Amino acid sequence: MKKFKALVLAGVLAMSTVLTACGAGGGNAGGGGGAIKVGVVNNPPSESGYREANVKDMEKVFSAENGYELKTAYSLKNDEQLQAAQGFITEGVDYLLISAAETTGWDEVLKKAQEAGIKVYLFDRMIDVDESLYEAAVVSDMAKEGETAVNWLKSQNLGEYNVIHIQGAMGSDAQIGRTGALDAEFAAGTMNKVVQQTATWDEAEAKKIVESVINAGTDFNVIYAENDGMAKGAVAALDENGIEHGVGKKVVVMGFDCNKWALRELKAGNWNYDGQCSPFQAQIISDLIKSGKAPSSKKIINEEKGFDATTLTDADIDQYGLGE
Amino acid sequence: MKKKRLFSGGLGQLTIPFVAICLLVLFNVIRDLIMIFVLKTPDYISFFSIEITKNNIGNSVLSGNLISIINGASELAVLAIGMTLVTAACGGQDISVGAAAAIAGSVFVKVLKASGNINAGTVILAFLCACIVAMIFGAFNGTLVAVFKIQPMIATLILYTCGRSIAYWINGGATPTVESPIIEGIGRFIPGIPIPTPVLIVAVMLIVFKVLFRFTSLELFTQAVGINQSAARLNGINPTLIKLLSFILLGACVSVAGIIGVSRLGLINHETLLLDVEMDAILAVAIGGNSLGGGRFKISGSIIGAYVIQMLTITLYSMKVSSTDVKAYKAIVIVLLVVIGSPVFKEKFGRFMARRAASKVQAKGAEES
Repeated sequence: MKKFKALVLAGVLAMSTVLTACGAGGGNAGGGGGAIKVGVVNNPPSESGYREANVKDMEKVFSAENGYELKTAYSLKNDEQLQAAQGFITEGVDYLLISAAETTGWDEVLKKAQEAGIKVYLFDRMIDVDESLYEAAVVSDMAKEGETAVNWLKSQNLGEYNVIHIQGAMGSDAQIGRTGALDAEFAAGTMNKVVQQTATWDEAEAKKIVESVINAGTDFNVIYAENDGMAKGAVAALDENGIEHGVGKKVVVMGFDCNKWALRELKAGNWNYDGQCSPFQAQIISDLIKSGKAPSSKKIINEEKGFDATTLTDADIDQYGLGE
Repeated sequence: MKKKRLFSGGLGQLTIPFVAICLLVLFNVIRDLIMIFVLKTPDYISFFSIEITKNNIGNSVLSGNLISIINGASELAVLAIGMTLVTAACGGQDISVGAAAAIAGSVFVKVLKASGNINAGTVILAFLCACIVAMIFGAFNGTLVAVFKIQPMIATLILYTCGRSIAYWINGGATPTVESPIIEGIGRFIPGIPIPTPVLIVAVMLIVFKVLFRFTSLELFTQAVGINQSAARLNGINPTLIKLLSFILLGACVSVAGIIGVSRLGLINHETLLLDVEMDAILAVAIGGNSLGGGRFKISGSIIGAYVIQMLTITLYSMKVSSTDVKAYKAIVIVLLVVIGSPVFKEKFGRFMARRAASKVQAKGAEES
């Protein structure tokens, strides 16, 4: 009997800690009675530099000064995200903002949100549900990122294009989008594919790939890396083998994501181009919320830029650069 | 006769890694010959050619596939040294080395960033900090294994799972960069020396461990603990201490590997730094002819094992095999190597050779009479 009592007591204690933990996790709040309550379900900032900037941007825009009460939940796991969203609905937020870990499984939760009169915005990632279940999705167009980059490359009017193409993790949205436009050029014969390999976002692997091309003595004049880290890896291989790169040099270097350090490489003329993948969707959503009108389209493309080393300014680095 | 000795004795433990390297060299020689004489590929550069080029900061340096191999395998070779010790002492492997290297690399960058300017003093300070942190994590793993007698793979699974998150806490999500001639000196080339610095670091590590084994009884004690713990204890060796020590030494190796990785590019990406390296490190130990069940070991075997793995990767890259397929091809070769190295195969092969030799002797005898 004594043992049973102890068990019950332990159970109650455990329950209460779990409950308080939930309370602490959910309440990242500020603001007073009139504030618009926004619940954000996102991936954790540790996922990437992109996500870190994304989370910071959300916190900045949906601040108490701007008249919001922000609640956040971060997880890489879909079921934990679903639970968090469920929690926000129960708490009674006005808006639910979601960047889902997976595209499936969201039907039920979004239906509940709709019944509760909560408006849902998707950002960064799409979800496989009926369009009527959300107000709008603010997303990047990865294919357009690739097109912008390839159009820039074509505008350089190089005599011939011998391209080393270093891809991201195969099957990821960013890889598919950024590969598409270049693949079309390869297929059309306007550009030569020296090598096309995935380094799965790994800088060191990118270096090895470029090294193998140099060691084989194959000629090339463009490096198209699908993120900044891999571009840096490729450039390390060029540096070690005494191949000149950057503005006005033999090899054109292209990267993506616009990390601050990468933009500084551009500014120094070591790289030629960096394509943006904008994590800044918060302002667009905030504007939509404050306007009070239904968005004109269900899919809102977040405009993204491509930076040329010759026209990049320090102000651009401050405004668009990620990280430090 | 010579062949028989190669397999049944002679090189002994180092047979497998040597055979593997010979096979890879042979494969590339054949490929070179085909490319040059059969296909007559214009401007073809041999797989084995080594050139002296001027790099972008004006130093004369060596380059070529062979240099890429010994340079690229450096982190793996350093990790394989420590992994061999752990394997020998505990009869199990540490699968958290990649994650721990990410932590060590993050600490290294954090200290450099915090100290402001990068000079020899701050780099040494950062190295010591990274080393201490990695050794503490090593001691953590070691305590779980040696004191609490948890299976090494399970014990290190903890750090394997959370290590990269810890690395994230140190520097945040962005990929911070450090730039300095000293860092380039560590990760690439020291001005005036044409050999990549990581290769030299591996040599230094090998010498340090050889000296350690020469002047202490660590090697003997480790083998004793690995072969039979109770017997070792009865002979006055403390198995707990030896196991713990092996993990702490692995921690030191991990920090060196992490710092090489960071210095190569002057950038820390906690998600990709030495990703999946733990499996390659264990593989290097296995290819090196060391028993994964513990006991006798040779760190030189593991280092050659690391070069075998890298040579395989570079060979596949030079053939423009898609990097998504590389892992599959690697698997095929590794299955072959591991099977050839297995006791069952060795025994069968030895018996087969003995029978052949016997029948030859018989035939010779018949001829003579």
